[in-house]
Amino acid sequence: MTSDLNFFFEVLFGGLLSGIMYSLVALGFVLIYKASGVFNFAQGSMVLFAALTFVGILEMGVPFWPALLLCLLVMMLLAVGIERIVLRPLVNQPPIALFMATIGLSYLLEGLGQGIWGTQVRALDLGIEDLPNEMIQEALGIQVSTFDLFSAGCAAVLVGGLALFFNKTRVGLALRAVADDHQAALAVGIPLQHVWAIVWAAAGLVALVAGLLWGSRLGVQFSLSLVALKALPVLILGGFTSVAGAIVGGLIIGASEKLAEVYISTFTGGAVAAIENWFPYMLALLFLLVRPQGLFGEKIIERV
Amino acid sequence: MAEQGKDLLVINNIEVIYDHVILVLKGVSLTVHDGAIVALLGANGAGKTTTLKAVSNLLRAERGEVTKGSILYKDKRIDSLTPNDLVKLGVVQVMEGRHCFEHLTVEENLLTGAHTRRDGRAEVMKDLEMVYRYFPRLKERRKSQAGYTSGGEQQMTAIGRALMARPNMILLDEPSMGLAPQLVEEIFEIVSELNKKEKVSFLLAEQNTMVALKYADYGYILENGRVVLDGEAKSLRENEDVKEFYLGLSTAGRKSFRDTKHYRRRKRWLA
Ligand SMILES: Nc1ncnc2c1ncn2[C@@H]1O[C@H](COP(=O)(O)OP(=O)(O)OP(=O)(O)O)[C@@H](O)[C@H]1O
Ligand SMILES: [Mg+2]
Repeated sequence: MTSDLNFFFEVLFGGLLSGIMYSLVALGFVLIYKASGVFNFAQGSMVLFAALTFVGILEMGVPFWPALLLCLLVMMLLAVGIERIVLRPLVNQPPIALFMATIGLSYLLEGLGQGIWGTQVRALDLGIEDLPNEMIQEALGIQVSTFDLFSAGCAAVLVGGLALFFNKTRVGLALRAVADDHQAALAVGIPLQHVWAIVWAAAGLVALVAGLLWGSRLGVQFSLSLVALKALPVLILGGFTSVAGAIVGGLIIGASEKLAEVYISTFTGGAVAAIENWFPYMLALLFLLVRPQGLFGEKIIERV
Repeated sequence: MAEQGKDLLVINNIEVIYDHVILVLKGVSLTVHDGAIVALLGANGAGKTTTLKAVSNLLRAERGEVTKGSILYKDKRIDSLTPNDLVKLGVVQVMEGRHCFEHLTVEENLLTGAHTRRDGRAEVMKDLEMVYRYFPRLKERRKSQAGYTSGGEQQMTAIGRALMARPNMILLDEPSMGLAPQLVEEIFEIVSELNKKEKVSFLLAEQNTMVALKYADYGYILENGRVVLDGEAKSLRENEDVKEFYLGLSTAGRKSFRDTKHYRRRKRWLA
């Protein structure tokens, strides 16, 4: 019986940890949505672009850390560029116009990334093995991938850093103010353009981390931009405006899809296959019926 | 009444158009002396908010534009500055309907007001205490989410937030909106105290003519995007037309100024 239980925990942990990878992508969406009310269709392309750029810079012979720094710089410049060229001219236009602009941006980034760095699939080796971690195997008797642990660690550091930034700094306060009320933020003299550039840069950083982690798992290639699709159910579950929601939503989606895959397919004798692929969307759909604002979606405060 | 100095804000015959076609202000001129409280009065849709937003330049965010005339602050044109520039110069707007940051605490709301300042945390904290001195109630509620505080507390938060920028001039839009009469008096008392002690000048849009003229030094009455009457607050309070139309002291019911013969329409740009 214990081996059954162990197996259950293995699946659960594996699911939770891969869920964190979804959270990372969802986080990028949340940041931008919060600050500007725009659903950034280009988030997946930013993940791809970041990973392509990083691999490309590595291939030029630049060592790992300088390459990371350089890539980060590129993402920051990209953010400032997007603010200047795309967002600023569209300020005060309806959200749908901005959404359309991000669709255009998405194709631009995909084309640009592949144009500069090529379209072939490339391996990205972060030097972390995707094998069961021995320490945990000895201590708890269950198999958990070292790589999964590593990515969970990265995500935790990133989220912790962002939370500190949002809650403890002057700029973070301005970001939250803008998220609450654009007009009032303008009225107290907060320059919206700066805030947007900063938020896009933060989303770029998140995309870079997600790109590296996903890229080293799936290979750096076009389909990387599709991980954004995995973030959708996470967003529906967690709410578009909540960082905590993105994390918890990712965990729930990750764990439940793995558990469903393993247990429902064995239960049905394999008659229902590839559950992992559609289960999150079904879950999200059900959730949408019950709680449309998501688990942590910001309550609209209404006083009577 | 505070001591009044030279012209702080001068609006010269401005015209404002929304969405390129909707002409809302049709030549508004007014002056705020340094140290004064000036009331901008008028019915719904008269153009009070639009006038304030033309000064603070929040107009652009609503696709509005000043198409004629000029706006001077301390003798310099400010029509093309951003709200950020203006706050740095010392002109802050408190918007109609308070517009607190609902999900931030009261104290965080106040701190956002200091965003443009570069004089260090110690100075900002000093001013935070100053705001709490004027609004002790905010100190009690400093950790509450602003969205859950009362209308009066939100109005105080909005004014306190503006004060945190260390302004010379506050553009205050309908502070009385939706508040009980007693609370309105309380807020106006504080406004007049701020005016005297902190040397903040106010341009104040109000529908509550009675209260506004009680605390203001000077008043302008807007109708349909034009100034139709102006004068010392005291003389406006005594003015028969004002009494009749805005203070509701007549049995004749409300009419427009346009209908009255004995009213001399001002057209200062022709004078
Ligand atoms: N963003 C906008 N776009 C188009 N028209 C506008 C806009 N804002 C205001 N208006 C119009 O301008 C006119 C003046 O509005 P404004 O808000 O300045 O009036 P107000 O005197 O502040 O009124 P209230 O006492 O109701 O606040 C109104 O007719 C209004 O419909
Ligand atoms: Mg108004």
